[in-house]
This record gives sequence, structure tokens and C-alpha cells, in this order.
Amino acid sequence: MSRSKRIPLSYFPGCSMATTAKENNRSLIEFCERIGYDMIEVQDWNCCGSSSAHSVDAELAEDLATRNLTLAPEGRPLLAACPNCMLRLRGAQRHLAEDPEAQKRCEARWGRPVDPDLKLIHFFDLLAGADMKGLNKTSPGLKGMKFVPYYGCMLARPPAMRHEPNHHGLIEKILSDLGAEPRRWGYGARCCGTFLSVVRPDVVGAMVDAIFRNAAAAGADCLVTACAMCHMNLEVRSTLQNRISVLHFSEALALATGKGEDRDWFSRHLVDPRPMLRSARLIA
Amino acid sequence: MMHRKKRSDGKNQSLETIVAGNGDMGFVREVAKRSGTDLSACFHCRCCAGGCPFIEAMDYAPHGVIRLAQLGMRDEVLQSATIWTCVGCHTCSIACPMAVDMAAVMDALRQIAIESDAAIAEPDVLDFHREVLRSIERYGRTHKLEIMMRYKVKTRDWFTDMDVGLRMLAKRKLDLMPSRVRNTKDLKRMFRENAEGGTP
Repeated sequence: MSRSKRIPLSYFPGCSMATTAKENNRSLIEFCERIGYDMIEVQDWNCCGSSSAHSVDAELAEDLATRNLTLAPEGRPLLAACPNCMLRLRGAQRHLAEDPEAQKRCEARWGRPVDPDLKLIHFFDLLAGADMKGLNKTSPGLKGMKFVPYYGCMLARPPAMRHEPNHHGLIEKILSDLGAEPRRWGYGARCCGTFLSVVRPDVVGAMVDAIFRNAAAAGADCLVTACAMCHMNLEVRSTLQNRISVLHFSEALALATGKGEDRDWFSRHLVDPRPMLRSARLIA
Repeated sequence: MMHRKKRSDGKNQSLETIVAGNGDMGFVREVAKRSGTDLSACFHCRCCAGGCPFIEAMDYAPHGVIRLAQLGMRDEVLQSATIWTCVGCHTCSIACPMAVDMAAVMDALRQIAIESDAAIAEPDVLDFHREVLRSIERYGRTHKLEIMMRYKVKTRDWFTDMDVGLRMLAKRKLDLMPSRVRNTKDLKRMFRENAEGGTP
């Protein structure tokens, strides 16, 4: 893509992608840059509150989200890839638009306004309009990779957001456009357990094992996850000795559209995906 | 009469007659106001219960919590394990034919439970949430290693997950130093003002 057509985006990584899932972050940036976006990290962004803030303190949860919204420069869309961060940002933006009191609180709290026209884009929104078949002609693709898509709770949302676009089937569509083979299964929308992974590892472990067993039974070589938290819970909580690897969606995309080389991302996985990728001839 | 599930602590609760009208009827209005959700929309079709991935770890099914609230059984609701076990994944919301925002209801119930000093059925969950918030207060972001260490101190459970922690460290998944916001002054002020219950 020519330099002049490049589109600048404000980028909100969120805590998981900035720390535990750096491989998710790096591959996402690499892929987005490759398809023509300039990723500009939001200065001094803060945690969205994760599952904890809204659980115990509604005002705190809202404040954490509005601070981030006030930090996004005017006139540039804000991209996030973490489903939970996005949900918090969108919820706060909706509340600001509906409730003048919330707007007053935000301005008094942070001393800065929120751009009323700020466009919030999830990574999936970006992909929904991308031409992967065209891209596939000029890139190595993912031929030989059998996968099951794992959305976790990403496709579920509160009733107030039920009219917004839903990206059911997007991972399958995009990756099959790039040559990979999706397998059918019934566990793609099971919640990963989020914080119960810490507090009730027994409950989450049993569930995660069922997810892996079903993925393998469906004939997949790997699971492809949409969320860094899901990726961690799947990898960390499984008690199975032999299990297939878990790729971040962004890793699969960056791999498909870049050079087929071993990146330092893969060494950060608890289950090393490199033997699988080598046998599918996706890396050297 | 209301059937109850076995509690997560293994104790069976006896069936008892609930006299409608003995309940705290202001409670359901309080929950509705806080959650922005009309609880009377729920007609107990149990779609939420059928889809909930964590129902096995709950004492009441999600719709059961709504029923208790409808009957004004404030203490039973606020002391239930369900409100802490729910992770807010919204799986129930997409199954609900009446578009009840269950996650918002659970948020409201947890907050009321904390504010009214109700007995917390799953104190470890609340401890974990508080450690996450402490980390955000300190750094503006979550520092997972420290959250886990402090959670371990709090729950006095040293050995569960030691192996997981070591594997994560070996794979560079747990950073020793936090990723942090440069200027945390405004965040610290926000935490202070919110704790004092004031508006900015």
C-alpha cells in the first residue's frame, strides 16, 4: 500500500496485551501496519478496570474508561483489540452521550473533554472490511493449518448493544480466505472464566480441558483466540498432558501476510506452537 | 415454596415456605434503579441458567437470584455465592428473550452487598477484585505478578498455582516490573475522591 493512503489510528493496547500477551500486541501492530494503518499508542492510557472495577464500584469503572476516552486525540479513530477494554470504552461512550450528568462528571474529573465524534473501532471491525483474498495473492498464507476459532465471550454483549454489528464467523472467514481450514465445533463461544481462573482454578481447569478435548476431536491443529485473556486462561489452566497449541488471531494474521519465519512471539507460549507450524510448513 | 440448589459448601438447604409480602419490596426497585434493568421482565424461562458456563459453581441459578429479588429476599440475594461467581460474560444476555441485562444486575447486587456490609459468600473473589483495583490505583495499570502475590498473602494459600506462576515467569509472561501510567496523580486523586464518596 502506498504511503499516502496510510490511515493513522489511535491504539489502546490494554494491560494484557501490554504485558502478559506482548506477542499478541506485537503481531497485531505488525499486521495492522502491513495492511496500511499507522498505529499510534494512546499516551499514558490506563487500565480499563478489567472484570474488577465494574464488579465492585460503578463510578470508578466509569471514571477509568472516561479517562482513556479523554486521552484520545480528536479526529482519529481509536482502535482496541481486547474485547473487554472495548466493551468498557463503548459503555462509557454511550453513557456520556445519553447522560449530561455523566459528561459533567467526566469533564470535572479529568479537566478535558471527550471528542463527541470519537470513533471506537474494535480490531474485528477493521478486519470486517478488509480484502483478505486480495492480500492472499501476494502473501504466503496459511495453507495446511487446521484450526478451530475461539471467541470466548467476545460475541456476547449486554442487551443495550444488541443492535451493533456482530462478527460471528469472522475468524473462520478471514483465515479461510488466507488458506487455513476451519473445523466445526461447539465450544467457540464458551467463556474462558476470566478471574475465576485465579479464584476457582478447579472449575476453570475442568472447563478448559473440555475445550481442548473438543478442539482436538474436531481435527484441529490449533485454537485461534480473539482475546489475550482467553489465550492465557486456556494455556495456563489446562491440565492435559498432550494438547494442541493456541494462537492469537493476530499471530495467525501476521504469519499469513508476512515472511514465514520464526518470531520471538512463539517462544512466549506455554505450549510451543512451532512444531505444529513447522509441520504445516508455515515457518522454516 | 421454592426449591434451592445445593450450596457450593455442600450443605443442603431445607425447603421452606416463603410468605410473599414478608420481603423487602423496596429492594427490587433499588436493584432495578442501579442496574437500569427491569427485573419484572424476567418470567423464569431459565435460558440464562441453561447457557451459564459457571452455574455448577453457583448456589442459585441466575434467574433464581432475580426471583429472590422479586420476592424482596434481600439477605438471601446479597449473601449468595452466585453474585460473586458470575464473571459478567453476557452469555445469558444473548440467550434471554426479554433482554434482561443480567451482568448489570449482578454488578448492582455486588455493589449493594459491599455497601451494606452483607456477609460475602465468596470472599476470595472480592479479595481478588480489590487487589486488581489496588494495582490500578498504584500504577494506573494492572501488575499481574504483584496482584497474584498479594492475593496469595491475603488468602494464605501459598502452594496452589506455584507451578503455573513459575512456568509463566519462565515464558516471560509475568513482568517483574509493572507497566505504568507516567502521571498517576489524577488517578490517585480519583481513587481518593471515590472512596470518600464524593463527586469530582
